[in-house]
Amino acid sequence: MSRYPARLTLAVLAVLALVALPAASRLAAQGKGTIKIATQSPLSGGQAALGEGIKLGAQLAIEKFKGNLEKLGYKVELVPFDDQAKPDVGVANAKNIIADKAILAVIGHLNSGVAIPSSEVYKEVQLAMISPANTNPTVTDRGYANVNRVCGRDDVQGVVGSEFAHGTMKVKSVYIIHDKTQYGQGVAEFFKADAEKKGIKVLGFEGTEEKSNFDPILTPVKAKNPGLIYFGGIYDQGAPFFKQAYEKGIKAKFLGPDGMDSSDLVKIAGKAVVGMYYTSAAGPASALPKAKQFVEDFKKKFGKNPEPYAAEAYDAAVIALRAIEAAAKGGKAPTREDVSAAIRKVKYNGITGEIEFDGKGDRKKALYFVLQVVSDNSEKWGDNKIVKQLTIAPPAMAKK
Amino acid sequence: MDVQLLVGIFPQVLLDGLILGFMYALIALGYTMVYGVLEFINFAHSEIFIIGAFVGVEILLEVKAAGLLDVLPWPLLLLGVLAAGMAASGLLAVAVERVAYRPLRNAPRLIPLISAIGVSFFLQDLIRLVESLWRNAFNLVYPTIDALNVRFELAQTIDVPLKSLVVIGAALAMLGVLWALVNRTRVGTAIRAVAEDQAAASLMGINVNGIISLTFLIGGAMGGAAGVLFGVQYGLINPYTGFVPGLKAFTAAVLGGIGNIPGAMLGGIVLGLLEAFAASYLSLLTGGAFGAEYKDIFAFSVLILILIFRPKGLLGEVVRGRA
Repeated sequence: MSRYPARLTLAVLAVLALVALPAASRLAAQGKGTIKIATQSPLSGGQAALGEGIKLGAQLAIEKFKGNLEKLGYKVELVPFDDQAKPDVGVANAKNIIADKAILAVIGHLNSGVAIPSSEVYKEVQLAMISPANTNPTVTDRGYANVNRVCGRDDVQGVVGSEFAHGTMKVKSVYIIHDKTQYGQGVAEFFKADAEKKGIKVLGFEGTEEKSNFDPILTPVKAKNPGLIYFGGIYDQGAPFFKQAYEKGIKAKFLGPDGMDSSDLVKIAGKAVVGMYYTSAAGPASALPKAKQFVEDFKKKFGKNPEPYAAEAYDAAVIALRAIEAAAKGGKAPTREDVSAAIRKVKYNGITGEIEFDGKGDRKKALYFVLQVVSDNSEKWGDNKIVKQLTIAPPAMAKK
Repeated sequence: MDVQLLVGIFPQVLLDGLILGFMYALIALGYTMVYGVLEFINFAHSEIFIIGAFVGVEILLEVKAAGLLDVLPWPLLLLGVLAAGMAASGLLAVAVERVAYRPLRNAPRLIPLISAIGVSFFLQDLIRLVESLWRNAFNLVYPTIDALNVRFELAQTIDVPLKSLVVIGAALAMLGVLWALVNRTRVGTAIRAVAEDQAAASLMGINVNGIISLTFLIGGAMGGAAGVLFGVQYGLINPYTGFVPGLKAFTAAVLGGIGNIPGAMLGGIVLGLLEAFAASYLSLLTGGAFGAEYKDIFAFSVLILILIFRPKGLLGEVVRGRA
């Protein structure tokens, strides 16, 4: 009997908490409301280094530029989601995101294979997605009004790679390995098609999901003795691959797409990858106009160097904020459709250059780079040498 | 088809397969020994295996940080790391048995199985938590010991790194010691007696719980050794790396005949060879139609075929006569 009142109090408190908390937040929201911007990127797992950079880049931009919206009476919040680089997790998160009406834009993802199915979910409610990193052509080629990207495309990046292999590296033969994801296989196929056109002999084209033991794949590679190995994939797989290739005494040169662009590549592969080349649709901060300030701010706030794509995420978040401001003009509450439409009208001179989207969400002029790894010290990743820099417009839209 | 190439890479593929096979064999022992005494599959064994690799990498990283990596003679270093990895994994296996399996000893057989899967998830995320707090890293890299990377290039296509020989040698030594322990010592006799019939063994004055703990200790230590060798050979580990090799090793144990110690060794080597040959030869033989990514499909198809004709595995399941 004596325990009864205590339990009762607890139960009453619990019920009160359940009722009162949402009510309180609604009350706060009545000021004008809360506007949320979500990020989706891998925050855990083997690709977390890049995913974390995307989140932090967006966070920095929002903290710096949320003032305008706050003047209008809105609270601005960032809600980070962890997609774990897995399509199913990304889609599940996307469903949570569209259920939260306060979220007006998504900055993400890192992986095209995750972005493509997740953006199908965003499209249901015309929720805007601005991608800092998804280079697979399909991302924008579907022609969705809500999907945009501030980086380049793989059909261009693959060609940039093969042109470099043919023109500058002057290799005669190549062995291509990819990771079987939409991104890795995609860019590897574009590379292969163009390399063949240019007369480079393709000695092999292999996909693998293996993460640790590359011996059996490398044995035929070594026997065929190619001049170049191209790895279409991401550094957490590419790095051990190149390391084992190097340790097996394979003398081929190494080339990869922008998935190699993380300081973790040298952390894992060490001196095996010093001197290797990679193409990128997102240059190192040092190559970007106006990036100096960004790097300083980033370092001051988070105590580390920005990973690749952090600057792109920063720009993407600024664009999202500007579009929301535009949609909120005249005092009306911005809707998701308004924001999506407004993003296509934003003209913004960001840290990654002049950004303006075309009719399908590609950047009118995107930057492409070829870089060379200069040191096996991961702190010096930002010093990687730019061997080539190009500004290329996306391929003309296929008529539908 | 380039026959010369196919023949040329054969020795290299054989070597790759053997290394992988010995690795599987060492891990498979943990599954098969536990099955022998308790008749249940310890699914947490894949994490016990990878703990060994983590202990190894932590020690090597500390040694490297102290600047001693290239100063200490590598055989000594490797022995120390192996011993530490084996001790950690062995003790962990004993602890897991004490906490998660012993209270369920008399429960229906599926219950400890579920408990094992739970322990497996728990350990994965525990490693992840500890490593992210301690090193703020997900992937850990084994520091390269330059002396171990010396290569003997026998031909253009054949190339034997010292490291591979060391891995094979260590695995062979380990298997030999275990074989002698189980078959030539009193403790080994006790283990076999408990596997045969627990009740009768306890009537003969054998401490059954002690022997079961010992079985976990030995199986875990073998797994830990495999973990260290895995790290040394392939270089990169993360908290989830253990899962796939663990699953393959379990398969190897079934292939050899579960509960059967020589069977686990044979099963591991057969599976390793199948995988290596499939990965290296499939795309060459089919002109690229089937690539290396089909290696598991090929290996497991062969496995199914073997099990159709020999359902008890290559060397037969250990048959227990329970009165």
